[in-house]
Amino acid sequence: MKSASENKLKGIGAAPGISISKAFLYKKEKEEIINEPITDLNEAIQNLDAALEKSKKELRKIFSLAVDKLGEKRAAIFEAQIMILDDPILISTVRNRIKSEMRAPEYIVHDEISKYTDMMNMSHEPFMRERSHDIEDIKNRIIRNLKKKKWKSKITSDVVVVTTTVSPSDTVLFSRVNVKGYVTDFGGLTSHAAIVARSLNIPAVVGLHEATNRIKEDDLVIIDGYKGEVIINPDEKQLKEYQKKISRLQKQGEELDKLRDLPAETTDGKLIHLLANLELTDEMEMVTHSGAKGIGLVRTEQLFEEYEAFPDEEEQYQMYKSIAERIYPEIVTIRTFDIGGDKVLPVDFKEPNPFLGWRGIRLLLDNPQLFKTQVRAVLRASSHKNIKLMLPMIASLIEVKRSKELINECKDELKKEGINFDKHMGLGIMIEIPSAAVLIRDFAEEVDFVSIGTNDLIQYLLAVDRGNEIVSSIYQEFHPAVVRTLHYIISEGMNCGKSVSMCGEMAADPFAVPLLIGLGLDTISVSASAIPLIKKIIRNLSYKELKAVADECLAFKSEKEINDRMHRFFNENEKDQIKNLY
Amino acid sequence: MIEIKTKIINNAGLHTRPAANIVKLASKYKCEFYLQKDSLHINGKSIIGVMTLAAEKGSEITLIFDGADEELASKEILDYFNRGFDEL
Repeated sequence: MKSASENKLKGIGAAPGISISKAFLYKKEKEEIINEPITDLNEAIQNLDAALEKSKKELRKIFSLAVDKLGEKRAAIFEAQIMILDDPILISTVRNRIKSEMRAPEYIVHDEISKYTDMMNMSHEPFMRERSHDIEDIKNRIIRNLKKKKWKSKITSDVVVVTTTVSPSDTVLFSRVNVKGYVTDFGGLTSHAAIVARSLNIPAVVGLHEATNRIKEDDLVIIDGYKGEVIINPDEKQLKEYQKKISRLQKQGEELDKLRDLPAETTDGKLIHLLANLELTDEMEMVTHSGAKGIGLVRTEQLFEEYEAFPDEEEQYQMYKSIAERIYPEIVTIRTFDIGGDKVLPVDFKEPNPFLGWRGIRLLLDNPQLFKTQVRAVLRASSHKNIKLMLPMIASLIEVKRSKELINECKDELKKEGINFDKHMGLGIMIEIPSAAVLIRDFAEEVDFVSIGTNDLIQYLLAVDRGNEIVSSIYQEFHPAVVRTLHYIISEGMNCGKSVSMCGEMAADPFAVPLLIGLGLDTISVSASAIPLIKKIIRNLSYKELKAVADECLAFKSEKEINDRMHRFFNENEKDQIKNLY
Repeated sequence: MIEIKTKIINNAGLHTRPAANIVKLASKYKCEFYLQKDSLHINGKSIIGVMTLAAEKGSEITLIFDGADEELASKEILDYFNRGFDEL
């Protein structure tokens, strides 16, 4: 028998919870093209057609947004790539070969297109080699889409997904089946896997380095999202211990459910608006059950992640309308697409620093049609006056002014068309770039509300890539500069008479919540699954005491002092209420 | 069947944009269309095929048309070659 330490892996607990399930290894990068025979010809041809269609849509999506940034040469290559997907000679040859050889479509696609790239590589002209890369690129896209289909059919429910990293499109794939948890080699607290696991209320442990090497398919694993531990093939004793923990958690969950209809109020009567973040339509049920007093952030880019093309105005309108109706009379804050350049630029057009690159409002203002389509859809859904609009990645006032011009254009159009909307729909911005924090007073004059996005604010303020585990220890939410900046945003924003909220991960950290409220924050938006626990914490606190603790923390000069202080405060005030979780 | 010898006269040669345009022009016609350079014989309605032709400025290419509307097709496509793919 293995000793306890031998079968234990230590990583970062990124989403709370415990589950015991079989492992499913999702090794997307390592899979090779296998020349395997097929039995169902119709299915193979259908898969090929679907993959070609999907590739076309993806390319058009890239092409439609990035064409101005790509330059004429690149744009021509894109057009040629789209034409290749319709190439009558190539496609009919591939089809005929699948039929006559009865081999997997990805193998035939690979083999057939390689004939052309081999020919190009034989040329002495350097530009032909470059051209062969472009053809290679389209080949890989088709094969990727063929494989995705395969993965979809392979994943069974009730498994823990073990993988290197989780991409946004992977999450959509996993949310469809009943995944019990995520275990990843890479990533930190704010990685995509972490955020999505929290919103789906399943545990996640990230940054384990060797998870995909150590864990084998169908191994039984215990995943402890509180401690950040994964136990591979647990022994009898470990299994019993964790089964006990799970039943205790269940009881605690039932206790928390009782809080649903009670206000998030401190012992001395300070009311906190506790809102939910929304990023998957499947989450709506959980939001309405959590007792959330509205939705503080809809991540629209994630809502439409599975769409191959950008959703049109009607599709968006239907989506926003249904969210607004379900949350009515509470308010929903819809954030416009926060897309990064990595989503819409071709693979070989990588930005060296995507987080400092073409994303959020920058990309939207460069694509006014995309922006206006979304704004029109949001406005149309606002007729019951319970929608607010929020802009991501704002760094300068000119971006707000330009956005307002476009929003007003949309309003004028709708008026002319005789379509009903909320003429006074609130407009706000995310404060996530330090320049916006510094200029908070000027921004407060321009907008109705601001929402602090801590994930990016901390990363930009401390110059720490939040996805990079080498520096993850200096990504610190209790860094004095972070705490004082938050204090500045909150107090200055409120002095200007504007509402200030927070929608980053920090707002869901049980140790940070007391500090945030002490700093004056009265609106926080977190994953629906975190709401009951945060509410319980708030209901145990005295605002008067919190203010005193916050003042202490504002005077500290090191992260350690603040961190220690908040942990001590938590242990003194909350430990008895929230047993054995942390 | 019509067979015409022609030359690439623009500086950039037969790069991606003209390749795509040639295929688009050819697709409008019913007749078969081939390009021949050295030992390569390429179907002119296949973009991936045309892209395998490494044809820089000065290369000689034979255009072959075969079918009912070969007259019209050859006229339009030869004209495009003679205009140096509109890059002169």
